[in-house]
Amino acid sequence: MHELGIMTGVMEAATTSAREAGATRLLKVTLSIGEMTEAIEDALLFAFEALRETDPFTSDAEIDIHMIRPKSRCLECGAQFEHDRFHMFCPECDSFATELICGRELQIDSIEVDLPDDDDAPAQPGQPSD
Amino acid sequence: MQIDMKQPILEKNDSLAAELRQRFADNHVFVLDLLASPGSGKTSTILATIDALRDEFNIAVIEGDIASSVDAEKISAQGIAAVQINTGGACHLESAMIKRAVDVLDLERLDLIIVENVGNLVCPTDFDLGENAKVMILSVPEGDDKPLKYPGVFQVAEAVILNKVDTMPVFDFDRAAFDEAVTRLNPSAPVFPIAATKGEGVAEWTGWLAEQVRKVQ
Repeated sequence: MHELGIMTGVMEAATTSAREAGATRLLKVTLSIGEMTEAIEDALLFAFEALRETDPFTSDAEIDIHMIRPKSRCLECGAQFEHDRFHMFCPECDSFATELICGRELQIDSIEVDLPDDDDAPAQPGQPSD
Repeated sequence: MQIDMKQPILEKNDSLAAELRQRFADNHVFVLDLLASPGSGKTSTILATIDALRDEFNIAVIEGDIASSVDAEKISAQGIAAVQINTGGACHLESAMIKRAVDVLDLERLDLIIVENVGNLVCPTDFDLGENAKVMILSVPEGDDKPLKYPGVFQVAEAVILNKVDTMPVFDFDRAAFDEAVTRLNPSAPVFPIAATKGEGVAEWTGWLAEQVRKVQ
């Protein structure tokens, strides 16, 4: 249930950065979330939908969550391998001495915003998104 | 327009935790963040730990609970400084809460601060409090399958305490399966089987903790 707290932090940081850039609206937030964290994608989405409604600045924003699959390096044979949350031992030499390379991310990658001089026509239907 | 941020979501928490870690290091205080389920014996374990180490170290306890101050009262009754944090519903402690608690403690004269996190095996694992080590307690009645269900907390722990081992025959707890699961998740973490209220195994656990505390002095 700490996803609401995590997402509150996301919205604060995204809104602050968007306003500093002079934006009129937040359009999109892109996150990277490692699967080794305790943050669940569905709960993050639910929290985001609840929070964006609380401010007209964010009410139309979308979210893109990249779940990062864990990857480790074996400290004995040097092999690099992907794994799930439960199996971190080296598939090459069975060693337990491994080092996590990625999978604990809780990061805001980027945001998309509407600026006043963006043609005055933000996010019209039919306009190519992206 | 796209704005690249590459900003950790918990940046506020983590930068305050880094400040706290520096403050603890400057004062040669070891901070232990204790994670466990409700009812696993966190407070009993803390009381047994205080009993074993109070002659060597000056100890304080920070109690995190959703509500009430019953735990802090139990610690204070032992003549140990205790600060109660009520999270008011939040499922974990954050570094800002620790800072407020630490501000009322006399860091200069302390050697060890034990933080009793909110009873929860999930949320506290993602939050850095500036601690030197997170340690988790699992109690035998919770079952030997918990490492499979809550891998995260077993992975962040520097050591695992298995409490209430005196009840092992009643609960049909498979110690070998538990040890194997813990080793798979966290091969370097020692497991300390204890019965906190009976004193069994407490010397091994507190011996390990005392070694860690001496390292920062």
